[in-house]
Amino acid sequence: MNEPNLISLPPTPVAQSVSPENPTGAPDLPPPAPSAIRKFLNSKSSGRVPDGAFRGLMFVCALSIFLIVLLILFVLISSSKLSIHTFGFKFFTGTTWDPVSGDFGALPFIYGTVVSSLLAVAMAVPLALLVAIFLLEICPQFLRGPISFLTELLAAIPSVVYGLWGVFVLVPIIRDQAGPVLEKYLGWTGFFVEPNFGVGMFAASVILAIMIFPVISSISRDVMRVVPPSQREAALALGATRWEMIRISILRNSRIGIVGSVILGLGRALGETLAVTMVIGNHPDIMKNLFAPAYTLSSVIANEFTEATGDLYLSALIEIGLALFLVTIVVNAIARLLVWAVTRNNSAVAH
Amino acid sequence: MTFKTISSAALAAVLATAGVMTAGAQHITGAGASFPNPIYSKWFAEYSASHPGVQINYQSVGSGAGIRQVSEKTVDFGASDGPMTDEQLAASKQKLVHIPTVLGAVVPVYNIPGAAKELRFSPDVIADIYLGKITKWNDPRIVKDNPGISLPDHGILPVYRSDGSGTTYIFTDYLSKVSPDFQKKIGKSTSVKWPLGIGQKGNEGVAGMVHNSAYSFGYVELIYALQNKMEYGFVKNSSGKWLKASVEGVTAAAAADAKGMPADYRVSITNAPGNDSYPIASFTWLLIPQHFDDAAKGKVMVDFLNWMLTKGEGEVSALSYAPLPKAVAASVAKTIKTIQ
Repeated sequence: MNEPNLISLPPTPVAQSVSPENPTGAPDLPPPAPSAIRKFLNSKSSGRVPDGAFRGLMFVCALSIFLIVLLILFVLISSSKLSIHTFGFKFFTGTTWDPVSGDFGALPFIYGTVVSSLLAVAMAVPLALLVAIFLLEICPQFLRGPISFLTELLAAIPSVVYGLWGVFVLVPIIRDQAGPVLEKYLGWTGFFVEPNFGVGMFAASVILAIMIFPVISSISRDVMRVVPPSQREAALALGATRWEMIRISILRNSRIGIVGSVILGLGRALGETLAVTMVIGNHPDIMKNLFAPAYTLSSVIANEFTEATGDLYLSALIEIGLALFLVTIVVNAIARLLVWAVTRNNSAVAH
Repeated sequence: MTFKTISSAALAAVLATAGVMTAGAQHITGAGASFPNPIYSKWFAEYSASHPGVQINYQSVGSGAGIRQVSEKTVDFGASDGPMTDEQLAASKQKLVHIPTVLGAVVPVYNIPGAAKELRFSPDVIADIYLGKITKWNDPRIVKDNPGISLPDHGILPVYRSDGSGTTYIFTDYLSKVSPDFQKKIGKSTSVKWPLGIGQKGNEGVAGMVHNSAYSFGYVELIYALQNKMEYGFVKNSSGKWLKASVEGVTAAAAADAKGMPADYRVSITNAPGNDSYPIASFTWLLIPQHFDDAAKGKVMVDFLNWMLTKGEGEVSALSYAPLPKAVAASVAKTIKTIQ
């Protein structure tokens, strides 16, 4: 542990350079005795070994992330070898999923996963940000505690409970109340067309939006909270209205954190399985109509994995897992690129 | 008698007791189909209770997983709602015997607000609803089967099982037999490519969807329908008789097919002949290794199977399963003798 020779080396030159009593460096004086502090320090072991060990440990921990990701990728690829060999890239562009004839294509599932998640984010982000701003800037003190507590409670509800709520409450509302209204006013867009059975892409997006809303809201609130009060005061002092102050000093300063929270929410939406399966209708079709049933990558794995007989079928299901993995990576990469582009532009404007 | 002989006799006795005790403490694991899980759990619990030291543990992980695990020898026995294919049997690491245990059936359920409850469905009508060829409730072919019932001019919403299941296997096996078009376009499997409709997870998912959606049509297990007191439709059997599914009708279907039963019991009894045979029915099977590596385990398994045939079968009706017909039970008893 101790490496005294390394430690005791420095004192000599230091002691020599700081001996002010004898600037001429008369040879008859003995070298000054080390000070009490130096003695104390010398008696202590060097921090070098524990520091090095700690650094090594941290490094290994950090590397294990890469290792885990690579391991997942390796297992996914090696177990889906059969399907990869059989279908090649066509697997990702094929639209048929037929376990009987052994024809497997993942496109409808990829479409369902990406569209339901993006719609969910589009619905959840404005709501979550407004709630975060309200809680931080406008909300009366007595309401602040209960609202933020309830928001965090929403995040803790298991997804099967959301699914049940979706089946028994949300689906009938979409079928009987919201659906006809949406169809009447937005039917011309082609996104809300009869027949509407309640279950489908729209129901799945709404339930995902509710599930990711608390994540986005509470993280972005925490980010907004750390904006220094001086920023707000400065904006107000310059004559900004309350909204201008929120926009200039809060939203702009916390935009990176907000985007981070959105990415987290998106990640949860992409991987969510049970609640989505219960309300999405589980029919692999690519339809513009949001009332139509759809299917997601994680849902098809959950639905069909246990009863999958036959090697190709099983291998195709594992390749669906690989597709989900890739979709998550690509969507996250795009999101990060977006952050990078946005921050770069904004800082340029600010200067 | 010398001291030596006495001590060696005592030692032998101790060893024998120990041997008996280790043989008695048997843990057997099985995995497979979820459809017979309630009755299997009951059987295994009762058998373990009356046979101290024997623990049979069953995990209802699904037929596909059950077949895989018993083929890989990671469990002692498997269970499946569909018989193993020739390829699956060839790929298995051990020779497996199919032992039929109980029977299940699938019934059509529907939801038409204001209509009479007991509708009748011809086999080809059911197939064409799922093929998207019959799209309205007042289609002439449905009207023809249900004289005197006014059916609405409203689209039909077909509901199917989204999760892979024995129920879907039985249902599509039946429809493939009665409709060449269904066989060509969809075929039979635990999950298939439905051209239209909405998928829901589990019997409860399909039943819930049908219950909540007006003008929908779906299929669930007979047991589920009976236990939840759901209304379900009549189906025309192969003799042209309208039947509402019942435990007796299912056993009748199995009995009707018992004569032509292959020696390995891998048989589909959907669309069985006979006046009283309910057409959408099937066996569910245990997959037992022909030769157990551990002879003691094999002995316990054989003993359990005999217990199942004699005592166990008497209890299945309480859980709404159909018991094996007598002729099948008798030949299964013979098959069990070959297991070692």
